[in-house]
Amino acid sequence: MARDLSPLFEPRGVVVTGVSSHPGKFGFVALHNILSCGFAGPVVAVGREEGSVLGLPVHPSIEALPDGVADLLVLCTPVAANEEIVRAAAVRGVRAVFCAAGGYSEAGPDGAEAERRLVALADELGLVLAGPNGQGVVSPPAGLCAQIVAPFPPRGRIAVASQSGNFVSAFLNYADQTGIGISRAVSAGNAAATGVADYLEWFAEDPETDVALCYLEGLPDGRGFFERVRRITPRLPVVVVKGGTTSGGQRAAASHTGSLASDDRVFDGMARQAGLVRASSIESAFDAAATFATQPLPAGNRVLVLTTAGGWGVVTADAVTAHPDLVLAPLPDDLRAAIDGMLPPRWSRNNPVDLAGGETRDTIPELLDLAAGHPGIDAIVQLGLGIQGNTAALTRSGPFHPDHDLERIVDFHERQERRYADAVAAATRTHGKPVLVASELAVARPDNPLVAAVREAGHLCHASADRAVAALGHLARHAAWRRARS
Amino acid sequence: MPTLSEADSRRLAEAAGVAVSPWATAGDPEAAGAAAEALGLPVVVKLCGATIAHKTERGLVRLGLGTVAEVTAAAADLLDAARPEDGEVELLVSSMVRGNRELIAGLVHDEQFGPCVMLGVGGVLAEAVADVAFRLAPLDRIDALELIGDLGTQALLGEFRGEPAVDRDALADTLLALSAIADDPAVRAVDLNPLIVVDGRPVAVDALVETGDAA
Repeated sequence: MARDLSPLFEPRGVVVTGVSSHPGKFGFVALHNILSCGFAGPVVAVGREEGSVLGLPVHPSIEALPDGVADLLVLCTPVAANEEIVRAAAVRGVRAVFCAAGGYSEAGPDGAEAERRLVALADELGLVLAGPNGQGVVSPPAGLCAQIVAPFPPRGRIAVASQSGNFVSAFLNYADQTGIGISRAVSAGNAAATGVADYLEWFAEDPETDVALCYLEGLPDGRGFFERVRRITPRLPVVVVKGGTTSGGQRAAASHTGSLASDDRVFDGMARQAGLVRASSIESAFDAAATFATQPLPAGNRVLVLTTAGGWGVVTADAVTAHPDLVLAPLPDDLRAAIDGMLPPRWSRNNPVDLAGGETRDTIPELLDLAAGHPGIDAIVQLGLGIQGNTAALTRSGPFHPDHDLERIVDFHERQERRYADAVAAATRTHGKPVLVASELAVARPDNPLVAAVREAGHLCHASADRAVAALGHLARHAAWRRARS
Repeated sequence: MPTLSEADSRRLAEAAGVAVSPWATAGDPEAAGAAAEALGLPVVVKLCGATIAHKTERGLVRLGLGTVAEVTAAAADLLDAARPEDGEVELLVSSMVRGNRELIAGLVHDEQFGPCVMLGVGGVLAEAVADVAFRLAPLDRIDALELIGDLGTQALLGEFRGEPAVDRDALADTLLALSAIADDPAVRAVDLNPLIVVDGRPVAVDALVETGDAA
């Protein structure tokens, strides 16, 4: 049974300590972000300066907090002040503490002792304690941005728990960029009382969350983590990036038995056994999480590559073929025959399906529907879209638009891109199979009408074919892990 | 770390279900010759004792002995090579098994994750290839088959130089046996190196069990 973290992620009200009028102080920034991002509940500021900050009266002490108004306490006060504040806050109905303040175990033996006392106090009072030394907690469904950094991401289905606050921000930045939003995000800080496994267990029961994304550095109780996450992953895909190495494998490598062993391989084996989705980088982890959040799991590993341009098809066929968890589907005969009826004979007649410029207005939507509906295909990667929209952008910005009949062609190109994006979304929805779109325009020209329409449809426009294939590989591997155990 | 002799290590591995090459122990050269005849020549003769962990480095392994005379001569040499610090020693005679592929498998103790089953590519290039993967004990059969699938050198597991493909279920049996040994609190680590693939099935031709720290 997960610990109830709802007062942390769904507080009725928030109290911030350490509020000052200096806009560089944590207390100010936390208060500013809570007030600026749409939190609907009451917000109470506590600080030593008299007067008001950001239009809010500043209370000189937590004693002024009315009963039952706030259930989340955001601590931006120094170590020496916090135990008294926490005790007083609990009396007034606070049930969760996010301790942004540093100076705890990361700061030496005295700090470690203070951290032990803070944990013991939280246990005694029955409080959820997040941090200390964390950057904050973000919960878009609650309009909550209780963090000392940016950004406030769009609302979505990915929940983040990280042992590095900066990687929380990195994931939120990707969410902002791609439009694939966030349900919850928390910087675990020193994780003194609440660790990544605690967050994951709560995320698994959170109706706002479809996939978890976490950054791990150290696992003091590796076996315990394994036992807990393996019970989560059958319900909630968990994407993990691991930084650093463990201590155990060094010992193993030193012994004769494990002379070839390295730490990372033990972690990797644990991750595979537990059904964790292990990504090798921050951006590939986000890609994977965003794909889990927006695509169904494939029923198998057979991939069809659709492209309007030959080169993309070739490199993507290479990427699929090289991937241990994917295969380039043999093009089914009936599908080949059907496509023969839709295109001039110069098309590739194989997988990748390269249209070779033979398409007309409705070819791509019809083809996507046909291919996604075919029982011999488990997933599709669609490439070479956005080209018309990119041409239209140059035409539109040139000196001849809208004359020379340019307005009509620009409109047509832009309409086509939206039609493609709609067709991709419809193919996924209708047939329950992943259909991934990749184009460098996702990064190079985020205003491209294809990119914008894919984003509006709530899907990820992958930044490259390789990244799309890597994300799809994670889905296929996780789906296979589940199938083997169902 | 204290270890069991190869004979005791083989007994423990066999009891758990690991296939090991046919073997016998002998106290003197004549008994070694008789054991070799009973097993069928050619054989391997090794000096065996609880404190002898690195037999190859000390030249205590004699391979490919094809006659009883060779066996008894080698056995006499090995007994002469014993040092006082080796303590009680005996001879271990085992069948010479042949296969083009060598794997390694074992049970290791990871400080963070506890007992783990390891599988890797063996042979003289093993350290350079460094193709090894792990699972946390206890494993189930699905875990074991996935562990086999984790090896990068999958081509080595298919049909190879006239030998059949590796029987993945038999290899999984070996991994599950190692997993079962993890339940024994007296065992800290097990090393099956090499595990020679004979007609597609893995056979351990050496075994070393490391026992727990008495302290």
